[in-house]
Amino acid sequence: MKLTFGKGVRDGLPICLGYVSVSFAFGMMVVEGGLPAWVGVLISMTNLTSAGQFAGLDLILSSGLYIELAVTTFVINVRYLLMSLSLSQKIDSSMSGLERLLLSFGITDEIFAVAVQQKEPVNSRYLTGLISMPYVGWALGTLLGATAAGILPLPIRSALGIAIYGMFLAIIIPPAVKAKPVAVVVIIAVVLSCLFKWVPGLNQLSSGWVIILCAIPAAAFAALRWPVEEETEEVS
Amino acid sequence: MTENLPYILTAILIMAGVTYLVRMLPLTLFRKKIENRFVKSFLAYVPYAVLAAMTFPAILESTSSLWSALAGLAVALILAWKNRSLLTVALGAVVTVLVVEQVLVYFQLLSF
Repeated sequence: MKLTFGKGVRDGLPICLGYVSVSFAFGMMVVEGGLPAWVGVLISMTNLTSAGQFAGLDLILSSGLYIELAVTTFVINVRYLLMSLSLSQKIDSSMSGLERLLLSFGITDEIFAVAVQQKEPVNSRYLTGLISMPYVGWALGTLLGATAAGILPLPIRSALGIAIYGMFLAIIIPPAVKAKPVAVVVIIAVVLSCLFKWVPGLNQLSSGWVIILCAIPAAAFAALRWPVEEETEEVS
Repeated sequence: MTENLPYILTAILIMAGVTYLVRMLPLTLFRKKIENRFVKSFLAYVPYAVLAAMTFPAILESTSSLWSALAGLAVALILAWKNRSLLTVALGAVVTVLVVEQVLVYFQLLSF
């Protein structure tokens, strides 16, 4: 299928729906913390990231230092360095510098995952379409959560918490079933991630570093053991 | 809290700036295809590693009860195994959690 703007928009819709539920929770936290709704919407529209925003909001509410805010944001979002680097290899080489400057703003976990799954090189039209709906959903969800907190019943809000992970599983499971190297990558990353969660000492590390420390060994092991073919860019 | 507007706006600017830089720098600096086979392979495997590490074990704490999370996880795994779309898998997990939590509430094993 051609990578058009329209296909990007369609591929972005499920991400958008997932985002509405997550940013809804963020909007509620902003207002519950005593900040006006527009502050939450401004954060969502300028940051477009989940864990980083939640941590940043916590720091703002406790009047954290600017340097603390910068370091925390960096550590939680340092995974985007890897994603952006990975995406740079998937992007249409004709994409201009300005387009790269603008579109890199929209690299989130989910947008990245959907973009790198494409068979063809990713062009700017497709990427623009792919970013558009989740961006709107993220801002809109924040606004809804901040202004209408309490309208959604708690059981529904609780159930929506799993949506984002369901989306991740839909991305990683099919290739893991098809290709053994991907399955091994997933298993190593999961085991490491569980160690960082439950082993005393290791579980002091912030989530940003944990993701990096799980992803690098898992991907490096598979890259040594099963290098991808020269002619094809995909893992299959 | 609103009287502290300059602080809040500066804080938002810092968060946004740092987040943007880590996303922007690799994509704008690496204009060429990487030729090194190991690096290419590594970057091809990275997405799966990152998403797997983000999903587990965090998914188990994403709802109000471990049991509803496990049920949601199981349904998501089955649907993903069958190659269903992102939306189907996500909503399948959500509906499962909703149903299981209602059952838990009914048997007074969970309260909201």
